[in-house]
Amino acid sequence: MYRYDEFDSTLVNERVVQFRGQVARRLSGELDEDHFKPLRLMNGLYLQLHAYMLRVAIPYGTLDSLQMRRLARIARVYDRGYGHFTTRQNIQYNWPKLAEVPDLLAELAEVEMHAIQTSGNCIRNVTADHFAGAAADEVEDPRIHAEIIRQWSTLHPEFSFLPRKFKIAVTGAARDRAAIKVHDIGLQLRRDAAGEVGFRVIVGGGQGRTPMIGPTIREFLPKADLLSYLEAILRVYNRLGRRDNLFKARIKILVASVGADIFAAMVEEEWRALRGGSLDLPAEEVARIAAYFAPPPFENLPAQDTGFEAMRFEDRDFARWCRTNLHVHKQPGYAILSISLKPVGGVPGDATAEQMEAVADLAERYGQDEIRVSHEQNLVLPHVRLRDVHAVWQGLVAAGLGAANIGLVSDMISCPGLDYCNLANARSIPVAQRIATRFADLDRQHDIGELKLKISGCINACGHHHVGHIGILGVDKKGREFYQITLGGSAGEDASLGDIVGPAFSYDDVVDAVESLVETYLDLREEGELFLDAYRRVGLAPFKEALYAGH
Amino acid sequence: MPVIKDGRLVEDDWTFIPDFLPLDEVARPVVSLARWRDGDCALRARNGRLGLRLPNDTDPAAIGADLDRFALIELEFPVFKDGRAYSQARLLRERHGYRGELRAVGEVVRDQYFFLERCGFDSVSVAGDKADQGRALEGWYEAMAEISVPMQPAADQRPPASSLRERRRAAAVAS
Repeated sequence: MYRYDEFDSTLVNERVVQFRGQVARRLSGELDEDHFKPLRLMNGLYLQLHAYMLRVAIPYGTLDSLQMRRLARIARVYDRGYGHFTTRQNIQYNWPKLAEVPDLLAELAEVEMHAIQTSGNCIRNVTADHFAGAAADEVEDPRIHAEIIRQWSTLHPEFSFLPRKFKIAVTGAARDRAAIKVHDIGLQLRRDAAGEVGFRVIVGGGQGRTPMIGPTIREFLPKADLLSYLEAILRVYNRLGRRDNLFKARIKILVASVGADIFAAMVEEEWRALRGGSLDLPAEEVARIAAYFAPPPFENLPAQDTGFEAMRFEDRDFARWCRTNLHVHKQPGYAILSISLKPVGGVPGDATAEQMEAVADLAERYGQDEIRVSHEQNLVLPHVRLRDVHAVWQGLVAAGLGAANIGLVSDMISCPGLDYCNLANARSIPVAQRIATRFADLDRQHDIGELKLKISGCINACGHHHVGHIGILGVDKKGREFYQITLGGSAGEDASLGDIVGPAFSYDDVVDAVESLVETYLDLREEGELFLDAYRRVGLAPFKEALYAGH
Repeated sequence: MPVIKDGRLVEDDWTFIPDFLPLDEVARPVVSLARWRDGDCALRARNGRLGLRLPNDTDPAAIGADLDRFALIELEFPVFKDGRAYSQARLLRERHGYRGELRAVGEVVRDQYFFLERCGFDSVSVAGDKADQGRALEGWYEAMAEISVPMQPAADQRPPASSLRERRRAAAVAS
């Protein structure tokens, strides 16, 4: 894991003092809300329906037990005993008091954390594959360059007042677990024909009210050129992105309006003037950062562990959990372990202070002291010996974190919705809870198999509904909550946007509609065929028929 | 309206002259881009100092050939969250080699000062009464002192963290 040196620490501590001053000027009335707003947003502080909400960055989703314990402490001292992990690998606190936020930030700085640029029209917290450094299919750990991007983008003097927010995601694998095609910039590490490692650069993807799959503007960018190329993209966007209409201000609109080819040409022209300059990091600096992401000291273990196999054989619940919550690790004898934050009836992504501490303990004892946050609002222990998996599972079950549903219908992404958010048109959390309850039977969920259901409470699409196999969008119809359903979306390397299936369903009917879709799939699927594959084979018609027949 | 320049509050000796008014009697006029472009020979041949106000949607390359004619370029912030002029400033300084005064005008507030300075601005216009101006100057000093380690190179002379690390490595090798 990356560790701050004196320069990183200095900056983060200075930022705390700076924000303390901004808060003081707001409290004294020197700053009015209009002028405070862009400043607080740039430090992750929102004004929500009921209170301030603080979004804390977890850069590329990586943290250690010390940091997780501090997040737990903050939940307890400054909030109501819980936090909410988000689709951008951040954590949100829903009830901090404005006057206390500077103290909260100082506590974060002590463990090398911050809330810098988790909101506002600037370069946001950079995200990465949550299996980075552990996945078997990885070309290189994406966090090395994610950290390089984090540093470069921090308090960037030219790009702190962009037309709109700007999100960058990085993956080191062909299998896309970071949703890079629906980000402002998506970067994929890959090898060229000569075996050199570089980036595929995707620009102008996004969700929201104008969802788009981002086009590739460069198939291969040498690693050394990353920052100058990013600066070129951002400069073109800062100068030409629309500022007259909030809803047309994202880079995807610019890319789509001029066309990806012309946009790429503009970037290349700007880049020719920038490349080879002071943005190129010396090899020693890249090596310094890379060293922090060196693999932990793995033991040489056999690929199978007899104790693990025996427990799987003996304990049906454990076996079922293993089926969904374990993933192949690059090192024999190890597993990647997902911790579901989607218990039946719970709020997707929420964890209590006690649960955070339990995860910290398990990571420290069994997981090389590393924890990840996934964009699907779960936690991950990336490096667990197979022989320890059962003990970890028992610890998770004891903490109420034993849900065996990763990738299944109840492992939903959901935005906070109308329960917290002042942008929302409809509630999301209760819909997620009702669907999870309807499918509470785990055997049934496992029989249905992989099914990504995603719920947003408004068109801003924080719940990623456009890329859900089943997407649910809350809309307001004359003061009543309705839910529009889309089918066939995907956030992966085969990214696609869902198709609207037909008229929206009421709050009362939406769960029945989901069940009807699932039943339709079960009836028509071929042997071993997943929901998304079945949908892509048969199309909308049979699902539409099932939903609206007789209406 | 005074400006903050080199850490001091100074009376502005430049005057923006709308296109319909003559420049004759003005010692230090600032003209619009349109006036400069349509400029008659008198304007082009003008001996005295001249300032230019550049709209923030203009590519600085458009005046690249004329830059040595201007002692001052004003870049505009119609609202403080419109950040286009930051890019214009860096392009003027780093790409086109503009060495004259670069001034931020419009809605310019304390929380921009550090970013402005890093992008190559050397003066900012200050609105309000005497008390507001005093606070702005105080804010300027605070803003310059708030962040001591920038994380990226820009148009200023501050060494970014990567350079400081490089120096430290070099020192370690030398000793």
